[in-house]
Amino acid sequence: MTAVDVPAVCGDRERVIGWLQEYGVYVGVAALLVFNIAFTPHFLSVENFRTQAVQVTPVLILSLGMALVIATGGIDLSVGSVMALAAAMISLYLGYGPVAAILVALVAGAAAGAVNGALVAFAGVQAIVATLAMMIGGRGLSLVLLPQLDGIRNAGIRELGAGDLLGVPYLVWVSAALIAVVAFVVRRTVFGRRLVAIGGNRRASELSGLPVRRTLLAVYMLCGLFAAVAGVLATARLQASDPNSIGQLIELSAITAVVVGGTPLQGGRMRVAGTVAGAVLMQLLVSTLIKHDLPPSWTQIAQTAVIIAAVYVARERGRR
Amino acid sequence: MERTGTAAPREAASEPGGPGGRRPFRGIGSGGAPAGGSATDFVQRHGALVVLVAVLAGAALAFDGFLGVGNLNHIAVGAAFPAIIALGMTFVIITGGIDLSVGTVFGLAGVLAAWASQYGSLAALALPLSVCALIGMLNGVLIARARLAPFIVTLATMLGAWGLMLAVSDEGTETYVIPDGLALTPLVQDRFLGIGYPVFAVLALFAAGGILLRRTGWGQQVYAVGGNEDAAALMGVPVARTKIAAYTLSGLLAGLAGALNAVWLGSGVTIFGIGIELDAISAVVIGGTLLVGGYGFVSGSLVGVLLLESIQHIINAISGLTSAYQQVVSGAFLIAVVLAQNYLSRRKRPG
Repeated sequence: MTAVDVPAVCGDRERVIGWLQEYGVYVGVAALLVFNIAFTPHFLSVENFRTQAVQVTPVLILSLGMALVIATGGIDLSVGSVMALAAAMISLYLGYGPVAAILVALVAGAAAGAVNGALVAFAGVQAIVATLAMMIGGRGLSLVLLPQLDGIRNAGIRELGAGDLLGVPYLVWVSAALIAVVAFVVRRTVFGRRLVAIGGNRRASELSGLPVRRTLLAVYMLCGLFAAVAGVLATARLQASDPNSIGQLIELSAITAVVVGGTPLQGGRMRVAGTVAGAVLMQLLVSTLIKHDLPPSWTQIAQTAVIIAAVYVARERGRR
Repeated sequence: MERTGTAAPREAASEPGGPGGRRPFRGIGSGGAPAGGSATDFVQRHGALVVLVAVLAGAALAFDGFLGVGNLNHIAVGAAFPAIIALGMTFVIITGGIDLSVGTVFGLAGVLAAWASQYGSLAALALPLSVCALIGMLNGVLIARARLAPFIVTLATMLGAWGLMLAVSDEGTETYVIPDGLALTPLVQDRFLGIGYPVFAVLALFAAGGILLRRTGWGQQVYAVGGNEDAAALMGVPVARTKIAAYTLSGLLAGLAGALNAVWLGSGVTIFGIGIELDAISAVVIGGTLLVGGYGFVSGSLVGVLLLESIQHIINAISGLTSAYQQVVSGAFLIAVVLAQNYLSRRKRPG
C-alpha cells in the first residue's frame, strides 16, 4: 500500500509501474522504517532489530526456496506442511542427538520436495495440485507421527534457537548464509541460469537441450529442504515441536514476499535481494500494525490488500 | 498459473479426431462423453462412483451396522456442508480457475449467520449470503478483469475473510449463539424418514447445479471459457462475466454452507472451515473434473465428497486411528486421481 502511492507524481503509467516493480519493495521498506522511527517508541534499539530479524527468519528462508520455484513458473503450497513434518522429525529423532535429528528433518523435507518435484517434472501434474496434495498429506502425516505439541528439552536445540555468535543470533546467521548461497546459485551457476530459462519458456528450454526435468526436480527438492530448515529453526526458537500450528498459512506470506520482491508469478526471472526485502517488508508491516495496537483482524485485511496490490503491479510485466 | 500446467490434459479434453474448435462445447448434451465412449471415458466419468461403491461394500462387510440408516444419515449430513462448497468449486474449476478462499468464507458466514440470527431467520441467511457473494464477486473481478492469477487472489481473500471474521467476532473471542426458537433451526436439524433435511437440500442444489451447467447457455459458456479462453472470447462468449458469475456463485454457496452449518451446530464457531477448501478441491478432482478446466460435471463432485466422508467415517470406525490419517489418505487420493487422469488423458490422445 505504502509502495503504491509514492511515485504518483511521475505521470507516465508504464514507467511508474516498471519502476515500482524494480524498486517498490525498497520504497515500502524505507517508508515503514521512517514511519516507525518517527512514531514507534523504542523502535531504534538493538533489541528491537534483533527481534525483527529473528521473527522474519522462517518466512525469509521459505521465500528463498519459494522464489526458486516461482522463477521456474511453478508454485509450492506445501512449505507450511513440510515445516510441520520437519518439526515432527526433530521430536521423534531427538533421542539420537540434536545433529542426527536435524539431519533427519532436513532429509524429510528434501524427500517431500522430491515427491513434489517428481510429480511436477516427470508425471506432468500441475504444480499447484501436486503441492496442494502434499500440503494436505504432509500436515496429516506429521500429525500422525506426532499428534500433539511436544516440548523439547535439549541443550543443543535450545542453543540453536536462542544462542548467538558475535552478538548475532544463530538464526540470523543461518538465513544470511542461505541468502548468500541462493544469490550465488542464481547469479553464478549454470543451474541458476537453467531454472530461470525454464520459467521463461519451458518448451524452448527443452528444445535447446536443457535437462528440464532434472532441474525442476532439484528446484522442488531445494524448496522442500529450505522449508525443513525453516521448520527446524522455528522449532528451535519455540523449543517445542508443534506440527498442528507451525507453518499454518505461512505459504501465503512466503509467496507474498516473493511477489512483492519483484519475482513475477509467471516465472522467468528471479530477484534474490527483492525477495529478502519482500520478506522484511511483510514482517515490518505486521509488526508495525501490532505495535500500534491494531487487532489481528486488521493486520490480515491489510496483508490482503498488500498482496493484491503487489500482484496487480507485478502483472503488468507479463503484458509488455 | 494456467500456463504452468502441462498440455496433456487440456489436449485430451478434445474429442478424438475432432477439430480444435469443437473442444469448448464438449459439455453439450446430457451425456457429454465423446462418441464411441471407451473404457477410458467410463473410468474418467464413473471411476469415483465405482470406488465409492467398493469402499461402502468393504465397510459394510468389515463393520456391523455401517450401512444402517442412522450411520448413512450421519455420513450424508456430514458430507452435506462440504458438498455445497464443492458444488460452487466445480463451476470455478471448470472455468480453469481455483477458489482457495471458500474455507474461511465458510467460517465467516457461520459467524455472521450466528450474529445476525438475533434479528430472525431471514437476516441469518441474508447477511452471510450477501457478504460471501460479494467476496466471491471481488475474487471474480480481480481474476477476470484485472487478470490476476486465481490462486493468489483467492489465497489473499482467504486471509481477508479470516480477518473479517476476526473483526466480527471480537478477535475470535466472541462465539455467537443461535437463539432458541429460530424458525430456521428445525428446517436444518429435523429429519424426514430418518434422513436429515440438509441432505435433501444438497440433492436439490446439485440437481439445480447440474441443470445450470448442462442445460443453460451460461453453463455452456462456463465450459467454453475453461476449454479455451481465447477461442471462447473470439466466439463472443462474455468471458469476464462468466468467470465473475462462477466465482460469485462459489462465494455464495460457501456462504450458504457456512450459514446452514452454524444453524445446525447452534453457534458460529470461529475455528471452522480451515482446510475445508482442500477437501472441496480434492472432492471435485476425485469426481472427475479436470483442474485445467473445460471438462467436469457436478454429480462427480457429490460422489467425491461422499467418498472422502465415507473414508473419514471408516477411519474413525477403526479404533486407534486419528483424523490425521484422513488427511494423509486425502492427499494420497488426490495425487492418485490426478495421476490416473493424466494417464487416461495420454492414452486418449490419438497417435
